[in-house]
Order: sequence, then C-alpha cells, then structure tokens
Amino acid sequence: MNGTPRGAVFVFGLGLPAVDTFLQQVINGLTAGSVYAVVALGYTMVYGIIQLINFAHGEVVMIGAMVAFTVINALAPSGLPPLAVVLIGAGCAVPVCMLIGYAMERLAYRPLRHAPRLAPLITAIGVSIILQHLALLIWSRNVLAFPQIIPSRTYMIGGAAITSVQLAILAICFALMAGLAALVYRTRLGTAMRATAQNPQVAGLMGIDIDRVIAATFLIGAALGAVAGVLFGTYYGLAQYTMGSILGLKAFSAAVLGGIGNIPGAMLGGVLLGIVEALGAGYIGDLTNLCSYDMLAARIDDCAGGGNFVLFGSNYQDVFAFIVLILVLVFRPSGLLGERVGERA
Amino acid sequence: MSNWRARGPVRWAAYALVAVALALLPFALAQVGTTWVRITNYAILYVLLALGLNIVVGFAGLLDLGYIAFYAVGAYTYALLASPHFGLHLPFWIILPIGAGIAALFGALLGAPTLKLRGDYLAIVTLGFGEIVRIFLNNLSRPVNITSGPQGIARIDAFSVDGFSFARPQTIAGLEFSGPVKYYYLLLAVMLAVILINLRLQNSRIGRAWEAIREDEVAARAMGIHTRNLKLLAFAMGASFGGVAGGMFAAIQAFISPESFVLVESIMVVSMVVLGGMGNIWGVILGAVLLSFTPEILRWTVEPVQNALFGRQLIEPEVIRMLLFGLALVLIMLFRPAGLLPSAVRKRELTEHTA
Repeated sequence: MNGTPRGAVFVFGLGLPAVDTFLQQVINGLTAGSVYAVVALGYTMVYGIIQLINFAHGEVVMIGAMVAFTVINALAPSGLPPLAVVLIGAGCAVPVCMLIGYAMERLAYRPLRHAPRLAPLITAIGVSIILQHLALLIWSRNVLAFPQIIPSRTYMIGGAAITSVQLAILAICFALMAGLAALVYRTRLGTAMRATAQNPQVAGLMGIDIDRVIAATFLIGAALGAVAGVLFGTYYGLAQYTMGSILGLKAFSAAVLGGIGNIPGAMLGGVLLGIVEALGAGYIGDLTNLCSYDMLAARIDDCAGGGNFVLFGSNYQDVFAFIVLILVLVFRPSGLLGERVGERA
Repeated sequence: MSNWRARGPVRWAAYALVAVALALLPFALAQVGTTWVRITNYAILYVLLALGLNIVVGFAGLLDLGYIAFYAVGAYTYALLASPHFGLHLPFWIILPIGAGIAALFGALLGAPTLKLRGDYLAIVTLGFGEIVRIFLNNLSRPVNITSGPQGIARIDAFSVDGFSFARPQTIAGLEFSGPVKYYYLLLAVMLAVILINLRLQNSRIGRAWEAIREDEVAARAMGIHTRNLKLLAFAMGASFGGVAGGMFAAIQAFISPESFVLVESIMVVSMVVLGGMGNIWGVILGAVLLSFTPEILRWTVEPVQNALFGRQLIEPEVIRMLLFGLALVLIMLFRPAGLLPSAVRKRELTEHTA
C-alpha cells in the first residue's frame, strides 16, 4: 500500500559531506511539494466546480507514471537522447490519462451529478479500485524501477545539494502552474470554468455549456496528473500500482491545506506540505531521540557510549500529511487561502 | 419487510427452520471440507464488521473509510494480552471487552476532531486515520518492540474456558467437533447477539436520532437532538463492534500482522454495507455474505475455467474479485443506489418522491 518509497528524499542528500540538513530538506521538500501541488490542482479544480472529491485522481497519476515507465523502458536502449525519451514518455502518458479522466467523468460521475454527495464518492472509490487492479494486471505487482537514463549533475548552494533532475522538476512544475493560472484567469474557457464554479445554473443561463466545462476540467486535471506521475516516477525512480492512493491522499491534503477549490491555494498547499513532510522526516528522528535529552539519557541503558534511542524515525514520514490534513480541517477548514467554509452544506 | 414478516406460527416455524439450518451448517460444510467451515467463520467475522460499520454509515450516515483500524485495534489488543509476545495470557472474556473499549476510545478519538466536517471530508480523514494506524503498527517495533512491526505477532492463544479449548478437536455426545466448528458456534452466537443489538438499537431513541441526523442534521438539532454526542456515540459503538470482531479474528488466526488491516479491507467492508443496502441490517448481512464468499466462488470457477481455456492462470482470482468489487460499487451507485435490500426508510423516501 505504501506507494512512496520511504527515505528516497534522502537519496540526494546522502553521501555528500558537510550538508546543511535544513536547507537540504527544504530543497527536497520543495521538489516533492511541487509535484504534490500539480496533483493537488487536479483535486482542487474538480472540487471547485462540482464539489466532488475525485478519489480516483491518485490512480490517474499512477497510470501516468506506469505508461511513462513502459515507454521510457522501451526507448531507453534505442540511443535517442534521454530528454527526448522522457518527453515521449510524458507525451504518451498525457493522452492516456486524459482519456481515463474523461471516461471517468462521463461514466461514473456525470450520471450522479444530482445524487446525494456520498454516491459519487463511492463510485469514485469503485473507479479507483478498478484502475488500480487494471494496472496490476498490466504492470504486475512488482515495484518497477525506471531506467536511470538522465545523467544527474549536482550543484551546491549554501551547503546543500540540488540535482539537475530536481531543478528540472521544479521548473516544469512551476511552468505548469503558471500555464494553468493563465488558462484559468486569462482565457474564455477559464472564465467559463470560474463562472461554473460560482454558480452552475446561472452559468448555464449565460450560455456556458456546463457539461463541456466540467469535462474540460477533468481533462486538464488528468493531463496535469499524468505529468506529475512522470515526474514522480523519474524523481524517485520507482513506480508501483499502489503508488496512487498515498500520493493522492497527500495531494488531497495539500489541496485542503491551501483551501480546496482554490487554485493558488493548491499550489501553496502542495509546496508547503512537501516542505513540512521533508523537514518532519528529517528532524523527527533527532527530536525523538531520547538520548539527546540529558535528563532521560542518564536513565536509558541504550544511550551509553553514544547510542541512540529513537522513538519515531523517518519511517513515519507518511504520517505528516495526514496530521496536517486533520489539523487544517479542525482549526481552519477553509484552508490557508480558501474562502469556502468546510462545514456541511 | 413487513410483507414477508408473517405473524404467529408461520413466523416461528420459519425462525425454527433457519435456526436448525444454521446449527447443522458446519456439519454439512465439513462434508465438503473443513476449509469451508473456516471460510464461513471468516464470512461471519465480515458480517460482524459490516454490522458495526453499518451503525456509522447506515444509521448515522457518516462515511468511514478507515474502519479496519478498529478491527486492527481489537486484534492487536487481543494479540498483546494473550500471546508469548509479552508473556501475558489473559482469558478471552476479559480481553474482548477491553478490546471493545479501546476500539471505542479510538473511535471517539477519531470522531472528536472530525465531527464538524461534511461527509466527503470525513471520508478522507477517516481513510487517513486508518493509514496512520497501519503505519504505526508497522513501525512500533523500535526502539521498544510493541507490535513486532511487519513480522506480526504469532502463537496467539485460542479461546478457552476451563480447559475447554476452541482450537482442539473434541468428541461431544458422539459428534466430532473440530476447532473451526467450535468457533463457528461461538461466532454464530456473537453474530446473533450483535444482530439483536442492532435491531433493538435501530428502533430505539438513539437509532431514531441517528436517522434524523442522517436525513437532516440541522433539522435534527433543531428538534433538540444532541448531534455531537450522538455522532460520537455512533463512532464509538461502531468501533467497539469492530474491536470485538478483531479480537476474535486474532484468536482464530493465531497470527496477525499489519498486512491484514490494509485500506482494501476497509473498502471491502464499505462495499458490503453499500451493496447490501446501507441502514438495513438484513441487507448488510446479505452484502457481507455475498462479498466474503465471492473470492472462494471465484477460486472454484475462474481457476478451472482459465486452466481449461488457456492451460494456466492468466488472471488471479484475487484481481478479478477486486475488479468486480470496483465495478459493483460503480454499478450499484448508478442503478440501485439504495443497495440490494434497501432500508425501509430509504424505500419510503424513494416511493414518496415518485408519487
């Protein structure tokens, strides 16, 4: 079930001498967080328009990573330039995911648009089970390792390392976010989307084809999800059919943190969540190492001779997203930037 | 419901018939193979789980996607208090109430911060809660070994009373009672008790208050129903049922590990409730029985068919089962949103709307 390869965040920090842990974790968190942000956009756009938590969005991301894996794996020995291989992989993943996103909306959500809220949520769970097991059938249960084709160069800034892959991921994610913002705030489709989000009936009366706007939202969200899947796969180098559920949950937490339904909120929430998670994983071990507290160290046998007694290690990394989610929902249900109130309608 | 519930002698005759059938079932199944008795036992455990979840989802209308966490809490409580792991061997009639209590506590703990949330948010938070519990079970083996992590806890005690162990085969009155058959009767008794509790609960003040909350929370509060406490109560009661089922699961299996308490299991229990008919006890039982026997039925049909057609297993039955689950969830919501056996209230609502 645990889709995120634990500790992978450290891969880029390990082995380098004199690393500034704080800065390093911020860089790692920023990278993971920008991917979360792109996934979170898919949740938040759909939620903003039809108030549905698209539970299956995480699986769309997973399928994106899987399709890219297949293509990259097939083309890796072909001698094409690595960048072209990854681009072709993404180019194949995006249409597949868009198709899935459209089919999902058309078959599982549209007929239930006026049903009680729990009904589409349950179909969403159904869709996510179906996608996950179809992926299992196609790509097997195994953890798939992406071929390491992109030569990773490391740059040092202020005592921390940043790799070319991380830089590329940051650049792509921020470009996608800027592109989406331009689409939503500068184009006719974006205007129609915002109008539908505010009031679907009135938007319909103004001549907006609501069905098309909603379908477009799903298509855009799925395309973003596909790219996020490719980035995630190439960053961590791994993909598995179960990776979607926990990634989806984290992205959803990010969307809630920023204020669900709010597009800049999802971006902010994703980046923040990534950083919180990386810092949490980086420091929880030290903070809960009872031997670092003199009062306790004297009483614990394991501490003798510089030993450690760590209550919670970085293997609890996945817990942070949920804790953030619960804290936000309890203390500020509207999120950091949201105006909507998360109370029952 | 009221149609087939005939009065007087007919009704009692029907009850007697069902009772005899349930009493003889394990012997009939044992003829086919003891495995089938075991499968039936697990099906009863699922019925218990589904009935517990039905309190939360069906009665109070709160979608809980992390329900298996309470099952895990019950199972681990039993495992820790009755295994060589800590060297504790408390009797089961002490542990099961403790497990139920701890699970109820966890239920309230989960409910307290989430009660203000709207249904779909609640679903996600409960899902996250279920994952947190599983992550803790997986990792609480260091620095102090509490749960043994992914290895799980083995050699868990079986239920026993005064030297009468539920695990050993025994001949009573000339009849051979194997371990699973004994557990079957125990589970059956527990299940009947739980069904009775549920039936009484549904028509009680509390049950009607839950129904009111489910239908319209604001109106319910306006009628003087203390919605917060009642929702907490629903969480705690549902959780305690899960805790009891978990304890029995640990004893029957004699081994537990976090693998048994994954998200898919939560979703499976939700599927049982939804498929059968949220809020209708008989529907939920039907859903649980149907879905827990599906993998076995598939194993007996799909495997031979595949072997005959392709000479090997192309698709594992497990995968087919999950695909069918997913499909069933979607189709049920699209075409029969109230489930196979809808609850009376929901049916009434639907007919009133069309009239």
